[in-house]
Amino acid sequence: MAEIAWIHAALTSARPQAISALLRYFRDLDIAEEAYQEACLRALRTWPQNGPPRDPAAWLIFVGRNVALDQVRRQKKQEALPDEDRLSDLGDAESEVAEQLDGGHYRDDILRLLFICCHPDLPATQQVALALRIVSGLSVKQIARAFLVGESAMEQRITRAKARVAAANVPFETPGPVERAERLAAVAAMLYLVFNEGYSASGAESDRRRPFSEEAIRLTRLLLRLFQTEPEIMGLLALMLLQHARAAARLDADGQIVLLDDQNRKLWDRELIAEGLALVDKAMRHRRPGPYQIQAAIAGVHSRAPRADETDWAQIDILYATLEHIQPSPVITLNRAVAIAKLRGPEAALVIVEPLEQQLSGYFYFFGFKGWLLMQLGRDREARTTFDRAIALAGSASEAAHIRQHIDRLMRESGQVAAG
Amino acid sequence: MHYAILCYHSEEVVTAWTKEQNEEVMGRLEKVRQRIAKEGKLGPVARLLPTTAATTLRKDRDPPLILDGPFAETKEQFLGFYIVDVADLDEALGIARELGEANPGGAFEVRPLAVYYPAGV
Repeated sequence: MAEIAWIHAALTSARPQAISALLRYFRDLDIAEEAYQEACLRALRTWPQNGPPRDPAAWLIFVGRNVALDQVRRQKKQEALPDEDRLSDLGDAESEVAEQLDGGHYRDDILRLLFICCHPDLPATQQVALALRIVSGLSVKQIARAFLVGESAMEQRITRAKARVAAANVPFETPGPVERAERLAAVAAMLYLVFNEGYSASGAESDRRRPFSEEAIRLTRLLLRLFQTEPEIMGLLALMLLQHARAAARLDADGQIVLLDDQNRKLWDRELIAEGLALVDKAMRHRRPGPYQIQAAIAGVHSRAPRADETDWAQIDILYATLEHIQPSPVITLNRAVAIAKLRGPEAALVIVEPLEQQLSGYFYFFGFKGWLLMQLGRDREARTTFDRAIALAGSASEAAHIRQHIDRLMRESGQVAAG
Repeated sequence: MHYAILCYHSEEVVTAWTKEQNEEVMGRLEKVRQRIAKEGKLGPVARLLPTTAATTLRKDRDPPLILDGPFAETKEQFLGFYIVDVADLDEALGIARELGEANPGGAFEVRPLAVYYPAGV
């Protein structure tokens, strides 16, 4: 029977809660991880015979704690481990002890576990690697392959990141409301990073990184279950779901990125979209707008359009203007200019885009979009030089190829004019 | 007699299923569903979005209180339902057992319907 796969799903879903409770108990990440690993091995031995326990997380916390305590004792007294039968027949004791370990604290425990991965000294990719390793339990091999580095290099990176996190001494006391809100914001940003590491990949990388997006969604769902009334967490989950819903339409057969306007919308995942839109609605009721909510609302407007040319650009313009207001940034203004171009034409958009040049002088999309606007206005020579700058800044072959198409079109058209 | 088969399962576990696992379960459930439908015994069926998408309206006060999240915080969550039209409890339990084999884990609450308006009026 495929029972092992089902046990695996139960272990995966229990992992954040179990590790974070063990971490609070032992106050040491390595001991907590080892205890959890050992508990999982025992689960794989006993669950197929006895059936899975009613509360897998409680079982793992109880067994993990006992195993680790036994090891500590054994090191002291060379005592023997209790036999397997006693461990596999826990009955109600398991939930009682787990309750004591866990009761009421699990919310802050899981938040703490996620928060320690967000250490500000850690570069973004290390935060992502650490979260995927510790919280999600992805193997070092899997993470290393996705980041295109050797396994031992990734192992070293994670070990170093862990040492840094341990030295940071995140306090174990229950956080106050202000501290909790700060932790929540840091964790949200880190989870969105994890999501984007998966989402922004193209080509051969996209398959290897796909689990990152799914993991980020799973952990954000967990976070929202713990903090049900936080509109920004609703917004973050909605944003991820609405973007991930397009996964099947985002890349062509060669793994190249397909722009939103050109995507086959029949390939969008309707169930994920329904969930995303429901969350945007819920968040808006709170009337506490934030960047994730607004970005999710923008993604929602795209999701609601059956065809690209039926997109409600006026709504998108308003939403970007709101986002600009609460989080001013030239990139957001650039995005708003896309809506302006659709609503009022390339001339109006160019007026908004041009002042951004200095701030966005290293940004591929700036030159790609500006070149496109110039091309629409028939200013071919300027378009050509702008596209050349975009190509110089392209981060991937597919980005460069996309701009190359525009240049080819300009050359073809000017060729036709010359021939005619 | 109409029965509701109410589906409860750990949402955390269900959302940790891989895409393949999810498709495998849905494929097996589809077969059972089609057979019951062919016998004319199947009413509306629904799978609910996760409880994080739920909103609760507490109407025991005026004005009612609107809360984020599901009505009850439980280890296993209400995730969907089937309505079946069968002769008796045994037949309803038989269908529940069959659905359970296709989708192991969690529990079904088999509950007779008092009033039933399939078209809403």
